[in-house]
Amino acid sequence: MGLFLLSGISQAEMKLNLQEPITALGRDVYDLHLLMTIVCGVIFVAVFGVMFWSVFVHRKSAGYKAATFHESTTVEILWTIVPVFILLGMAWPATKTILAMRDTTNADITIKATGYQWKWGYDYLKGTGEGISFVSTLSTPQPQVRNEVAKGENYLLEVDNELVVPVGKKIRILTTANDVIHAWWVPALAVKQDAVPGFIRDTWFRAEKTGTYRGQCAELCGKEHGYMPIVVKIVTEEEYAAWVDGKLKAMAAAADDPNKMYLVEELTPRGEKVFAANCAACHQANGQGLPPAFPPLVGSKVVLGPQDGQIDILLNGKSGTAMAAFKHLSDTELAAVITYTRNSWGNATGEVVQPSDIKVARE
Amino acid sequence: MAAIPGGADHAHDHDHHQPSGIMRWVTTTNHKDIGSMYLWFSFAMFLVGGVMALVIRAELFQPGLQVVDPDRFNQMTTLHGLIMVFGAIMPAFVGFANWMIPLMIGASDMAFARMNNWSFWLLPPAAILLTSSLLVPGGAAASGWTLYPPLTVQMGIGMDMAIFAVHILGISSIMGSINIVTTLLNMRAPGMTLMKMPLFCWTWLITAYLVIAVMPVLAGAVTMILTDRHFGTSFFNAAGGGDPVLYQHIFWFFGHPEVYIIAIPAFGVVSQVIPAFSRKPLFGYASMVYATSSIAILSFIVWAHHMYTVGMPVAGQLYFMFATMLIAIPTGVKVFNWVATMWRGSLSFETPMLFSIGFLFLFTLGGFSGLVLSMTAVDIQLHDSYYVVAHFHYVMVAGALFSAYAGAYYWLPKWTGHMYDEKLGKLHFWLSIVFFNMTFFVQHFLGLAGMPRRIPDYSLQFAEFNMISSIGAFGFGLSQLVFLVVVLKCIKGGEKASAKPWDGAEGLEWTVPSPAPHHTFETPPVFK
Repeated sequence: MGLFLLSGISQAEMKLNLQEPITALGRDVYDLHLLMTIVCGVIFVAVFGVMFWSVFVHRKSAGYKAATFHESTTVEILWTIVPVFILLGMAWPATKTILAMRDTTNADITIKATGYQWKWGYDYLKGTGEGISFVSTLSTPQPQVRNEVAKGENYLLEVDNELVVPVGKKIRILTTANDVIHAWWVPALAVKQDAVPGFIRDTWFRAEKTGTYRGQCAELCGKEHGYMPIVVKIVTEEEYAAWVDGKLKAMAAAADDPNKMYLVEELTPRGEKVFAANCAACHQANGQGLPPAFPPLVGSKVVLGPQDGQIDILLNGKSGTAMAAFKHLSDTELAAVITYTRNSWGNATGEVVQPSDIKVARE
Repeated sequence: MAAIPGGADHAHDHDHHQPSGIMRWVTTTNHKDIGSMYLWFSFAMFLVGGVMALVIRAELFQPGLQVVDPDRFNQMTTLHGLIMVFGAIMPAFVGFANWMIPLMIGASDMAFARMNNWSFWLLPPAAILLTSSLLVPGGAAASGWTLYPPLTVQMGIGMDMAIFAVHILGISSIMGSINIVTTLLNMRAPGMTLMKMPLFCWTWLITAYLVIAVMPVLAGAVTMILTDRHFGTSFFNAAGGGDPVLYQHIFWFFGHPEVYIIAIPAFGVVSQVIPAFSRKPLFGYASMVYATSSIAILSFIVWAHHMYTVGMPVAGQLYFMFATMLIAIPTGVKVFNWVATMWRGSLSFETPMLFSIGFLFLFTLGGFSGLVLSMTAVDIQLHDSYYVVAHFHYVMVAGALFSAYAGAYYWLPKWTGHMYDEKLGKLHFWLSIVFFNMTFFVQHFLGLAGMPRRIPDYSLQFAEFNMISSIGAFGFGLSQLVFLVVVLKCIKGGEKASAKPWDGAEGLEWTVPSPAPHHTFETPPVFK
């Protein structure tokens, strides 16, 4: 307790409580936590007030003679019954909050958040913005993590594509995962929901304030678990409409023609980007990997062998290892990244894998 | 805690075939020898697990990656958890049980002396499997001590070694528990009814039943992971019709009682120490027995409060919340009883009492943060955050470890025949309690502010508290070496201890000389 006070005074700028909530439910949770902490604190002080009184007064060194009592049915029944009522008093607001929290009906916008090792994919499924789909990856540069340059303000809590939603609307988030269990957590929205592969869970929030709010994956999901943040940008309805418009146009413009035949030089720059976003965490940017858990791709039998083998591993993963399935990437992205690995770092097959090859393999 | 100096000579009085040297320890069936081995083993594992904790705290001293890469970091958190739970705390209390239960109930030894030897000697191979898995290709299991699939299906051979180690440790603790139950039920001195047993024996009777009930469940869960990994089953794989969350249900059906397997013997030790140094009988003995039994029974029906965020139906969340809150009632009864025992006693503050009061104070704090976490809505915010890390270290370290120290200081004179160095003992206590709070109290704030657990690196807003916590952790770790010095000094020599060195202590263990001779109570004592 002394330490608590000390740190409270000397580090006044440090956060000692939950983050400032920006939803009605978040405020309920905030208040419930505060109430619980105060009630527990009062009981704690009362019980240990009695104990420390005893410690200071009933000392042998002060010549205090021990009493001999060792039971009292009245007192024992009393201190069993009284806590029951205190607990009932706590259960009431707690129950109300949970019931509100689990009501995911009548959402204005439904978004699916998919956990991948180690990034989040977002698909706007229903409501304004339907059809938007993108992947959100950590944007903090590696040199900051390796302490080679100064760390930015939002170190580890920044992404390339933020999740954008309008203020005041009920947003339902469906969570699922591609590989292992992740958890979608944004403290200021009072939302945390596990993302379980093969299953869909849901949660919701209705933000009351615009701004950018940051969270992280909360369930250990492997090596880069600490590096898959969630950034939610709450905007006004007009801004949201404009963002949706721009996003849909940009997606249409960037859409690939799945039947186009590419040359090596056309695919490798694209492949390098896909590699950096999806593969480099384990296989490293120089393709050397981190053996033995994450094998090198330079000189790899799979990469230099028949194309079908490599396509199969990328589509289905390799069981018993950390190699996940990447079938969520588009045919063009997969073709590009395979072509890139077959023609980089001294791997010189000169071969090009076409999006149509991937399409065939998928079927 | 150690070989009793002169203990071997004593053995020769009774048993001329007793081998000497290393073979004495390998072949021993004596409950005191086996108790000492358990205690030394658990302390060694405590240091190994502690070094891993320090690697974790060194990495978290500052933002950015400095000491280990993220994969190694995850291996450290996993092994730290497994080693502390299965290698340090559980064997420590089995050690206390081996040493003290026969002495407390006036039995000559444990019921199954040979099985007792085997249940100890299973531990070192398991420990070697766990620690050496750091060296195999792919490294040790890196999935957290909870071993959640599908992540565990991705790991290398280190995972299989961890599974095998868990199997062995489980077999060992089941055998130990069968031994304890049989001893307690059949070998009490004439006149000692169940309701006259020392409370430490009661807590172990209840704990042993918990172990026998839930360790096979854990063994089943990890075996299912093993077959998912290697034999094509899909218990926990949705693509094959399984469910990853099923594992969590099975694991926590084991895992929650496991929390009490660790805590209940700690309650027992404290219930011996507090009356001794209050010079007053334990308040509410019968209600202590009932409260402990209630806690044990409730521990079977609250498991999914570890899983509020997996997406349970709201009825499930409400049920598990109410059931969890109920545990506060018997736990409160115990705390009130201990305080009432001290009330109007004649208190003195030797090291065992200091650790017991430290236990009482900090364990209650951990209990309250547990009550906060029992609220589903609040838990959803705090689940898998540092608040939870703070909570369970208050319960496990300030609860179980402090209580184990209280017991060790309390019974050291009986084990070694010498008084320990009281000044060093007190130093150990004060260093421990200050650094413990420095390490873990600030972690509550980290969790509230939104720092997830099991991450090797964090954003800048968490930097100050992490630095304080890391400094505290190194202080706490180094302070534990004081205990080693105290014990070694106490074995070597020191003031001779009388049969009953604590004037307020009660029980049969204080009727035999100190150090306790190799064989005690060959004819049952009379218990009034």
